[in-house]
Amino acid sequence: MLRDIDLSGVAKTKLKEIHTMESMVSSGHRACQGCGEVLAMGMVTRVAGPDTVVCNATGCMEIITSPFPETAWKVPWIHVAFENAGAVGAGVEAGIKALHRKGKVSKMPNIICFGGDGATADIGFGSLSGAMERGHNLLYVCLDNEAYMNTGIQRSSSTPYGASTTTSPCGSASIGQHTQKKNMPQIIAAHGVPYVATASPSHPTDLMDKVAKALAVEGPAYLHIYSPCPTGWGTKGEKSIEIARLAVESNSFPLYEVVGGRYAITKKIKKVKPIQDYLKVQRRFRHLTDRDIAFIQEGVDNSFEQLERLCAATAKPEEE
Amino acid sequence: MTKRIGTEVSLAVADAVKMAKPDVISAYPITPQTHIVEELSEFVANGELDAEYIPVESEHSAMSAAVGAAAAGARVYTATSSQGLALMHEILFIASSMRLPMVMTVANRSISGPISIWNDHSDIMAQRDIGWVQLFVEDGQEALELTWAAFKIGEDKRVLLPVAVNMDGFILSHMIEPVVIPEQSVVDGFLPEFEPQLKLDPADPVTFGPVGVPEVYLEAKKQCEVALNGSKAVVKEVLDDLNKTFGRNYDLIETNGNTGAETRIVTMGSLGESVMTAVDRMNGDGREVGQIRIRLWRPFPAEEFIEAAKGAKRLVVIDRAISPGTGCGPVAQELKSVFYGRPDAPEIVNVIAGIGGRDVPVSDFVKMVEMAEKGELAETYTLWGLNSDA
Amino acid sequence: MSKQSICAWQKLELGAAIRDPGNASALKTGDWRTLVPVLDEEKCIKCTLCAIYCPEFCISEREDGLFRPDLNYCKGCGICANECPKSAISMVMEDK
Ligand code: SF4
Ligand code: SF4
Repeated sequence: MLRDIDLSGVAKTKLKEIHTMESMVSSGHRACQGCGEVLAMGMVTRVAGPDTVVCNATGCMEIITSPFPETAWKVPWIHVAFENAGAVGAGVEAGIKALHRKGKVSKMPNIICFGGDGATADIGFGSLSGAMERGHNLLYVCLDNEAYMNTGIQRSSSTPYGASTTTSPCGSASIGQHTQKKNMPQIIAAHGVPYVATASPSHPTDLMDKVAKALAVEGPAYLHIYSPCPTGWGTKGEKSIEIARLAVESNSFPLYEVVGGRYAITKKIKKVKPIQDYLKVQRRFRHLTDRDIAFIQEGVDNSFEQLERLCAATAKPEEE
Repeated sequence: MTKRIGTEVSLAVADAVKMAKPDVISAYPITPQTHIVEELSEFVANGELDAEYIPVESEHSAMSAAVGAAAAGARVYTATSSQGLALMHEILFIASSMRLPMVMTVANRSISGPISIWNDHSDIMAQRDIGWVQLFVEDGQEALELTWAAFKIGEDKRVLLPVAVNMDGFILSHMIEPVVIPEQSVVDGFLPEFEPQLKLDPADPVTFGPVGVPEVYLEAKKQCEVALNGSKAVVKEVLDDLNKTFGRNYDLIETNGNTGAETRIVTMGSLGESVMTAVDRMNGDGREVGQIRIRLWRPFPAEEFIEAAKGAKRLVVIDRAISPGTGCGPVAQELKSVFYGRPDAPEIVNVIAGIGGRDVPVSDFVKMVEMAEKGELAETYTLWGLNSDA
Repeated sequence: MSKQSICAWQKLELGAAIRDPGNASALKTGDWRTLVPVLDEEKCIKCTLCAIYCPEFCISEREDGLFRPDLNYCKGCGICANECPKSAISMVMEDK
């Protein structure tokens, strides 16, 4: 369903001001060196600010921010289980909404759910779909590091084709992950929610503008954030942002948004890099042959073409 | 005005929930619980109840949303049965360990497989250790009133735990019974507004559900155990209050028939009504037999039970669930452990009856007593009504 | 390995909640570091990028207008050095 949602009034983040916006995740968290996931999560909270309630699925971000008696959270935070961040967020939203209506809560805070790719695309898929479909006013953020990292790098449905993980290992009889990455943003967009976007910490203003828009819309919003994991991908910590940028610049992880059903690419890449540049710096892809890489390149090109067609097909007709 | 009506018990429970003024109801349809939440969603749709009704996509999410809403400081209600309760299993522990009050009606139903929509207690017996206060009701009036009591118990600052109100599926949930519905003001007087101790509030940021490292997990569990054990006194207090307010006579453990008889039948839930008839009939025939009814299952009121069973030589314990691999049903196990090592321990004879909706007529209870007294029942347990070639 | 308790059960918050927001900052993750970022003050153009990309949220603007990490938290990942457009940061072995 296409509808017009005007987000032109939403304030944009100025690059030079980001460092003055406080992250609601404190220093002293226990993420690995060079973790792109906690960085992305921090960026989201820099925009959301202190008037926010966070619901966290079980996973790396939950573990590294909350080992008792220490919490890295400066905002109210709840972790219940692995597969239910969407449902917990729905309950929090409904609870606060009812109390607000009855005059017991003065203001509706931002409600943000964080889940990894396993919590989002696999085990928590149903509860997320339910929360999106029912129209709760919340933002669900998938921090996608493309495998179950917290339990030791097992494949998820969000692991890309060709990646070697501990449960999709490459070997003489296998390329590693032999399925294609589940397209979560498009699946959520198909729910007809007002706002869906992809983002990457390599493009902070793009990411943060999307957070602001997601929080501004009435109803459910979904952000799918590319989250480099040096530990799980076999990459150097210092390269996390560089790799995230390569994912965007190779069109392997294009940055786009879907507002009221209309697709639009938010970061157009002028000189698209070959996927090889992105793959070769990661141990999880080290075993790939030239033929494999050519096959992956074809997939990237096809998916990007599909995205462009979606943009064209859903674009607002030019006014006369 | 106090109303006296004939109504399906599920609808009476929905009325009770409405009068408890919950902020959030989060539920998924499952037979035989559905009539309760259908009615509640209608109240919300008609503007008769100011609450958020979340029609979740599974029972796992029903309980997850209930936890989220309770953590937000809302008064929360849900209802389920059987497979739905089983699907909630994981989150039930988390609700109690986060010390979040909420009320859940369980319309008790058998657990698959084979799939059965009919009544027994196998659903709730698989949830004995979830750390919730667990009550069993016998009739419609009690279902109504214990719903209010459940909110009051769970929200008491000395408890702060979720409460499950068990009511037999179909044989109670779908019965048309006469019930007395008091005025709203009476309910308001009995059940004050919920004042959460901790909630998700940006003005005072709390971290709920942090990682229970080995240095704290045990202490966290202990805190919950103490709260649950301590809830017994509060349940007693709330029942006393309820008795005064609504003119009842509810207790943790109740007795009927000859309180000094050598043989007593032990029941939990609505079979107690049939047993009551059986006991009255036997007493009328001049036969000495008594009945002990368990209303509070968790925490188990051991002292009260021992007191109620004083002088008994034999307990005929009716279980409504099989506990495979253990040698008897769950209630019998409980009582064996309660009496273990006591010189006054009665013989415990276990009959597992009414499984998967199997009918147990009043006359069967008379027969059970006769067989128990003659030593004709198995030492372990008897599967009542089993069709066997042996 | 036996783990000792850190809190009597009676002293735990309800449901083992934590009521001291952001108290993880007491954990000095700087201990994890082997390489330390060193700033060449001449090269820095105060673009703020290092502060944006630091996953420890520990780089901030100092009185002199330069951006420096709080070494209590810097894990030495090297992202700041890698992302600095002026190559003003170098990662060097730290003497501890
Ligand atoms: S990224 Fe480099 S140039 Fe920019 S502020 Fe940091 S040190 Fe200075
Ligand atoms: S090395 Fe890493 S942790 Fe240290 S200041 Fe630079 S980006 Fe932050």
